Amino acid sequence: MTPLSVYIHWPFCVSKCPYCDFNSRVLPSALEEGAWQEAYINELSHYAARLPDREIATIYFGGGTPSLMQPQTVATLLDKMVALWRVQQNCEITLEANPSSSEIGKFQAFKSAGVNRLSLGVQALNDASLRFLGRAHDAQEAREAIKAAAKTFDRFSFDLIYGRVGQTPAAWEAELGEALTFGSKHMSLYQLTIEEGTSFHKRAANETLTAPDDASAQMYEATQEIMAMAGLPAYEISNHAAAGQESRHNLTYWHYGDYIGIGAGAHGRFVEGNQRYATENHRNPDAWRQQVVAGGHGRAKETILDQETAMREALMMGLRLVTGIDKAAWHRKFALPLKDYVPQHKVSRLVHEGLLVKDAATLRASPKGLETLNAVLAFLLS
Amino acid sequence: MTALSKIRNFAIIAHIDHGKSTLADRLIQNCGGVELREMKEQMLDNMDIERERGITIKSQTVRLTYKAKDGETYQLNLMDTPGHVDFAYEVSRSLAACEGSILVVDASQGVEAQTLANVYQALDNNHEVIPVLNKIDLPAAEPERIKQQIEDVIGLDASDAVLISAKTGLGINDVLEAIVTRLPAPKGDAAAPLTALLVDSWYDSYLGVVILVRVVDGTIRKGQKIRFMATGAVRDVDRVGIFTPKKVEMDELGPGEVGFITAGIKQISDTKVGDTLTDDRKPAEKALAGFKPSIPVVFCGLFPVDANDFEHLRESLGKLALNDASFQFEAESSVALGFGFRCGFLGLLHLEIIQERLEREFNLNLITTAPSVIYHIYKTDGTLVHLHNPVDMPDPVRIDHMQEPWIKATIMTPDEYLGGILTLCNERRGEQIELTYVGNRAMAIYRLPLNEVVFDFYDRLKSISRGYASFDYVLDEYREGDLVLMNILVNTEAVDALACIVNRAAAEKRGRMLCERLKELIPKQLFKIAIQAAIGGRVIARETISAMRKDVTAKCYGGDISRKRKLLDKQKEGKKRMRQFGNVEIPQSAFIAALKMDDR
Repeated sequence: MTPLSVYIHWPFCVSKCPYCDFNSRVLPSALEEGAWQEAYINELSHYAARLPDREIATIYFGGGTPSLMQPQTVATLLDKMVALWRVQQNCEITLEANPSSSEIGKFQAFKSAGVNRLSLGVQALNDASLRFLGRAHDAQEAREAIKAAAKTFDRFSFDLIYGRVGQTPAAWEAELGEALTFGSKHMSLYQLTIEEGTSFHKRAANETLTAPDDASAQMYEATQEIMAMAGLPAYEISNHAAAGQESRHNLTYWHYGDYIGIGAGAHGRFVEGNQRYATENHRNPDAWRQQVVAGGHGRAKETILDQETAMREALMMGLRLVTGIDKAAWHRKFALPLKDYVPQHKVSRLVHEGLLVKDAATLRASPKGLETLNAVLAFLLS
Repeated sequence: MTALSKIRNFAIIAHIDHGKSTLADRLIQNCGGVELREMKEQMLDNMDIERERGITIKSQTVRLTYKAKDGETYQLNLMDTPGHVDFAYEVSRSLAACEGSILVVDASQGVEAQTLANVYQALDNNHEVIPVLNKIDLPAAEPERIKQQIEDVIGLDASDAVLISAKTGLGINDVLEAIVTRLPAPKGDAAAPLTALLVDSWYDSYLGVVILVRVVDGTIRKGQKIRFMATGAVRDVDRVGIFTPKKVEMDELGPGEVGFITAGIKQISDTKVGDTLTDDRKPAEKALAGFKPSIPVVFCGLFPVDANDFEHLRESLGKLALNDASFQFEAESSVALGFGFRCGFLGLLHLEIIQERLEREFNLNLITTAPSVIYHIYKTDGTLVHLHNPVDMPDPVRIDHMQEPWIKATIMTPDEYLGGILTLCNERRGEQIELTYVGNRAMAIYRLPLNEVVFDFYDRLKSISRGYASFDYVLDEYREGDLVLMNILVNTEAVDALACIVNRAAAEKRGRMLCERLKELIPKQLFKIAIQAAIGGRVIARETISAMRKDVTAKCYGGDISRKRKLLDKQKEGKKRMRQFGNVEIPQSAFIAALKMDDR
């Protein structure tokens, strides 16, 4: 049986950041957390009934801002999962946290609840950038939070966003240099992207918010180099880790493994019987909760993925990894050799142009190919 | 039937914006042709495009009833004519149907190139010409200077020119009096066998084909069996009438009169402009002198941006051709642009108007390829090929020599812009024939290859002279030229839509310009792209578009899969708008933009 990953979405934040297109709402002043806990338990039970014999390999509390949850709620949900499934001994349990002083105070309690990996939304190490990004914390809080995480958790990661307007490659390299002093074995380094439906998207119609293309490419390339030299090479386009310190939960996505989505707006992909399912929950938290109370799950949509769509997704995700796609694993998953799906003349062309690398065991993008992956995929799949 | 002595037939000749349509409006109004409340501007310009651009495309005719100072009532037939060179053939027909012309000149701007050509045509038709100076109410008006100019440039006595303001109505009755007293009455014989000139025809959705006629001898009446002398067709006249400008049915039209008939004809292609109508039972022995048929001189491809619109385009072209016999089209296909039509036009304005009407009246989104002229290719086997489309160019080894059309162009300009204009003419291989100064205006007459003019000559002329220069031309002759086919290659594959025939000496410059432009227009791609301009196998210009550096989505996790996949699928859809060139996909929009380029 393929192991299962569980994603739990907590959709509330203290405020909405202008770049964020994730499903999040400002936390209502009076939130009945017990009622929400009940809903999460209901949905977990629903999936346990559908997928009873699976082992849980990773659990991820994402958001929104799950560090706003009571540690007791987290503990209850984890206990419930242990009751419902067989949870692997070394199960990776990650919680996303904001670097605010009130949340730092809860780190130890989260650890006691069972969380063994913390992911901090630092985003920047200077106040001007944090203000630009609409973050509620300042650089000092960010540094303290990282230090606290390092003290509390064996495994922790933090996020930074670069490629902001006005940011020079030199300034970013300096910021990254400071980030490396905290001793984290994992970092997610994202280029600022203007996503539809965000307030940055509206502003971008009239003003420039991101660094120019050339500077942005230069920062990306410098990032790859600096992180590799620091012993945290990229294992995915925006994710860097020391050997063995990769986020196993996120690897599930990129390996196109099975996961269920719990909570408002969460997505799932899993095989049940002979079918591969894609699930999508109601984005509106109240709508999600009402439906869970009434029917045990909060799905707005469940589709059976055809083989072609599933392979397209798997290719799209797999090529994001530096190690690329394992041909044997692909063959097992889809009962079809990778070469029978991807047009070989296109692969040859991309290999010839130095964008893809092909060897006996894997198909993967070269560093150049990773940097232009959207175009590579468009070429391969059109 | 009106006595010949009480009829006057006249045309109005004017440069664009000199007030021809406004004068026509005033004449109609003063003669009570329409009630004041029905009056709208540019009464005779029916098409939206005519009203908006302030130009006349189709000739119109209107009968006015005027009670003159001598106490007699006259029938005045006004033939409104287009002012632009492209529609010169329309002008020539109208002029042939009248005995006199009113020359309208703006009292501050003076004579322009188009006016000149039309006046000469009127004089060739033995017209009496009455000069009228318009806009004399404007502070800038200089009637005395302009009168002198008319005498100097045209050689026409302007001493008793009528001074008017069509806008305020000043002097309109003087114009009407001048028409009656100074223009000759038509000649004709009511008892002779019918001869009537087929001046124009158009399609009317209610009446079918409507024919505009000028009766010379005899009478044309309802129910009469008439014969078209050139085509031999015999028809019964269903309706006879005039325009006031409202359509008014009559029983008959006599000698000297102008009006319309319908005779159960379904398509204008069944009528031949310039034909003579006669009575089938009592035919005339000799037909009237006809017209030279108008032939297209400028060709280009019209392609729908959306390939699904091809049939719609075909139907729309057919509908326009119903009313425009001078416009030709045939289907063609292009690798770069898909299926479309090769179309022939009388000139660039004609092209622009057809294109605009297709887009506005028929809701089509079109791509227009670079205009081209008709080349005469003399092949080594002794045959002559008329080349309308550069991609049909025969193999150079089979070509003995090529000829291209030259024009005789008249340019009038304030003298401060003359230097720039002469440089432009010389750059375009022009040969100066004449250069004269009248006051502070200069008139240059040049011979120019038409293919240099269709490219962007008008635009350049306008920009050099800040819009003050006017331009007119007549086709002159075909001359041998050192012409080559230049291809634009993208990753070594020729882009048919960008192929053009150029003078060998200008090829390199044109090629370099096109390559540079395409380099700007084609977005960077995964692979580098070579753009070349080539004559035969020889590359004369080259540009390289380097491969893109970065195009990657920063964040992609579980919830994002669906969205990102849909984005990728959407991108795949978008690729249908891309054209494949030797492993490179180029957005169609890049070709469209390249075709819109100018020569700066």
